[in-house]
Amino acid sequence: MFGLSYNTFLVLAGSGLLGLTAGVVGAFAVLRRRSLMGDALAHAALPGLCIAFLLYQQRNFFIFLAGATVTGILGVLCVSWLRHNTRIKEDAAIGLVLSVFFGMGIVLSSIIQDLPTGQKAGLDSYLLGQTAGMVMQDLISIIAVSLAALLVLLLFFKEFTILSFDPEYAAVQGWPTFLLDLAMMGLLVITTVIGLPAVGVVLMAALLIIPGVAARFWTDQLKWMLILAALFGLITGIAGTAASATLSDLPAGPVIVLTGTIIFLFSMLFAPRRGILSRGIEHLRLRATIARQNLLRSMYEFTEPALPERRAIAIEELTRARSWSAGQVERLLSREARRSHVEPVAGGWRLTPSGVEAAAQVVRSHRLWETFLIENAEIAPDHVDRDADQIEHILSPDLLHKLEEHLREAGRWPRGAGELPPASAHATPALFPTPAQPESKVADDGGKPL
Amino acid sequence: MIATLPPFIESLMRLTGYDEISFWIVLTAALVNVSCAVLGCFLVLRRMSLLGDAISHAILPGLVLGFIVTAALRTGPTGPGGREHIPMPYFAMLVGALAIGVITALLTEIVHRYAKVPEDAAMGVVFTSLFAIGVIMIHRLARNVDLDPGCVLYGMLETAALDTVEVFGYEFSRPAANMAVVCAAVIAFVALLWKELKIVSFDPQLATAQGINAQLVHYLLMAMVATVTVAAFEAVGSILVVAMLIAPAAAAYMLTDRLSSMVILSGTMGLISAVLGRDLAQGNSLSARAVCAVLSFFFSIGSSVWHSLSTLSLQIDYVPVQYARASVSGMGAVVAGALFVAAVLFSPSHGLLVKMMRQFNLTLRIVREDALALLYRWQEIAPDRSLEHAQAAAALGGGWFPRLALWWLQREGRIQAWATADGKRGLRLTDKGARQAQTLVKSHRLWESYLSQVLGFPADHLHAPADRTEHYISEGLLREVAREVEHPHEDPHGRPIPRREGSRVDLGEKDLQ
Repeated sequence: MFGLSYNTFLVLAGSGLLGLTAGVVGAFAVLRRRSLMGDALAHAALPGLCIAFLLYQQRNFFIFLAGATVTGILGVLCVSWLRHNTRIKEDAAIGLVLSVFFGMGIVLSSIIQDLPTGQKAGLDSYLLGQTAGMVMQDLISIIAVSLAALLVLLLFFKEFTILSFDPEYAAVQGWPTFLLDLAMMGLLVITTVIGLPAVGVVLMAALLIIPGVAARFWTDQLKWMLILAALFGLITGIAGTAASATLSDLPAGPVIVLTGTIIFLFSMLFAPRRGILSRGIEHLRLRATIARQNLLRSMYEFTEPALPERRAIAIEELTRARSWSAGQVERLLSREARRSHVEPVAGGWRLTPSGVEAAAQVVRSHRLWETFLIENAEIAPDHVDRDADQIEHILSPDLLHKLEEHLREAGRWPRGAGELPPASAHATPALFPTPAQPESKVADDGGKPL
Repeated sequence: MIATLPPFIESLMRLTGYDEISFWIVLTAALVNVSCAVLGCFLVLRRMSLLGDAISHAILPGLVLGFIVTAALRTGPTGPGGREHIPMPYFAMLVGALAIGVITALLTEIVHRYAKVPEDAAMGVVFTSLFAIGVIMIHRLARNVDLDPGCVLYGMLETAALDTVEVFGYEFSRPAANMAVVCAAVIAFVALLWKELKIVSFDPQLATAQGINAQLVHYLLMAMVATVTVAAFEAVGSILVVAMLIAPAAAAYMLTDRLSSMVILSGTMGLISAVLGRDLAQGNSLSARAVCAVLSFFFSIGSSVWHSLSTLSLQIDYVPVQYARASVSGMGAVVAGALFVAAVLFSPSHGLLVKMMRQFNLTLRIVREDALALLYRWQEIAPDRSLEHAQAAAALGGGWFPRLALWWLQREGRIQAWATADGKRGLRLTDKGARQAQTLVKSHRLWESYLSQVLGFPADHLHAPADRTEHYISEGLLREVAREVEHPHEDPHGRPIPRREGSRVDLGEKDLQ
């Protein structure tokens, strides 16, 4: 099939499908802050495997599956019961269930090793997994469980979505949140259990967590997050298996997990908006904008008394006004010169007409906000300048317009701040399409006419 | 050359009655458990239990790295077949694992803070990835080394006595000697930083305000956890470490509210887990045989039911559970878990049983008081007719609880039963019962007056809240309420409010002989 040997195809299909299902189911767990529940579950499944063997006395995949599911669900119920009914917190509850159940599993498996039939149990393969040992039976069970899990997710998509984001709302809506929660956990359990033979106890947690977390970087929408998680899971499974088959002598489970880790690292670094790199760039850009606006504002304040005359401002004046070094100021100035907002003249730099216009906009929003904080937000006046500095760069022109209107309507147009920059004085298109009536009011108040 | 055991160890061995092998096993396990249990208190309190789990898995590559580096430096002669036996370079492995342990905490923090990934998911990604790297490294080395991943999970406690080391001319078990040093370090760490750890665990903001570097304390704690994990892994495996970090501390947390008693209790439980765990793991010990008998019983029943159902005919199986030797570290984890379950059930302050008892007592008291009030009202309305026992029980909600309450009241002499004219069992209040009932009814009716007059509740919304409140009103509050509504004679429904004395005439006194 596809030029692959039957065995390779089987293993690739199995691990790909397993990754896909684990990715989707795990994405919900990640959203519900239950990432480590999968880990606890995988550990809690071990005693179930052992008990199933002790009862059945031979290696049978489906019996093992049933036993693991039973103790896995028992583990989940223990965690949830402890959290709700005792003072034990969730983290300790998960850790307890994980370690005590696993301890029980180890005791049972050491007992099984002592039995005459013990060597047939093959329990060791469940600890670290044996992807290459996958047989048709494993693939069939993976397909069955995957289809069932995806079907349940599709049917209860709306319920699970709301349960993940707002469990209180779901409860208020009268939904059986406990049962829905249990259903989600049940999906987690069976996915974990079918994954155990392939990747083992410890690494199963990775298959559940990593695709969901990686997908979260790329989107804010649940639908896309699930689709991406499925895709990442699929890629992880297939690429990991292929890599371990090509690079000789590497165990598949860890390679699958590390493939996932690479996808995670790539997403963490390069995802747009949420990735570390784009966050960093965003941060730098914001800082640059703030510095640029601060420069324009300082220059405007020096220019303002003599307007419409635009006087030259020395670099020392600017360094004195703010905590800038001369080098920083020069860099900022030359950058602004490229936008032809400033121009070098004898004795320093001065704003160009378009620079005055841009600076006026910055100063205007700054002072509007400043006024608003004094008048409406009852903030101690000595805090105002600082806050205004930070917020004017974030406010949208829309909000500024509303603010301005609000102040005008309340007749609170600042009297003392008569030097509000006349933004339209230089025959620029109205930055703030101000209503017609306030003009007279402003004039009445003794401010400078707009 | 055979070195002798140090004298204090010999006397300790005689005192405890262990043979040499078991003694070293128990001592090693005990030292591991106590170290973990003491540190675990701070993890549990700071809600960082899972960081212990993460670190204990993530140190794997550190261990291997330490091994590789030392092995590369020590290019000894190659034996036949290209196989080279390298003794475990414990110190290098310790350093490597310690570094990775701290790196795990750091990486988790970075992924959580800079990439805004929820903390548990960040931890999950970091430790599974590191563990995967470790497993791959081991596989690459597998031709030269006997470093079995399984051994990392469940340890080799059983060989603790075989691996010996000579100190000052005396013979010690090497794992036990290692753990003794670590345990001493842990106790010294906790004792020296007691105040800082305490403040940081309960109130990191206060700690920062007091000039304690909470971040530094955090990383010191992480480093200690990593140290213990590494030192313990070869002896007991990482799972027992995780169990011991969490289970005794969680059990102690159920038992006490004081940090000092929590640490001591937790350490004690660690000790008990070591002793009992080893005892249960030896298949021929009394405790193990008892457990086997119980397990055989359940497995036999399970197997019989299973086979009977699958063959649709009665089959009786006997599944004997017996073992010569089980995993000591696994058993230790199970014992710790059992201790935790016991603490959850029987803790005198936060236990389930105590909670249920309190609930039961409260419910019983309320039903008893309701019964008294019911009889009072009955005798008030119909002094001539007696209330039948069955009617009273039904009026109180039915079931065994009201019956118990009525039986109790009779035993206390607050109500008495008598045969009615038609041969049924009737009930009425005794003097003692009537006095208590009076107070209750007074509370109820005064509260109704208060709700109606002061709070302006409508008349049809008075009974239900008063019915709930009457059981909780103290004498002082009752006086206040009475003053507030100016000592009315009647409640809003027109029923008389009993006075402290007098009004007993209403109770059909003529019936009482």
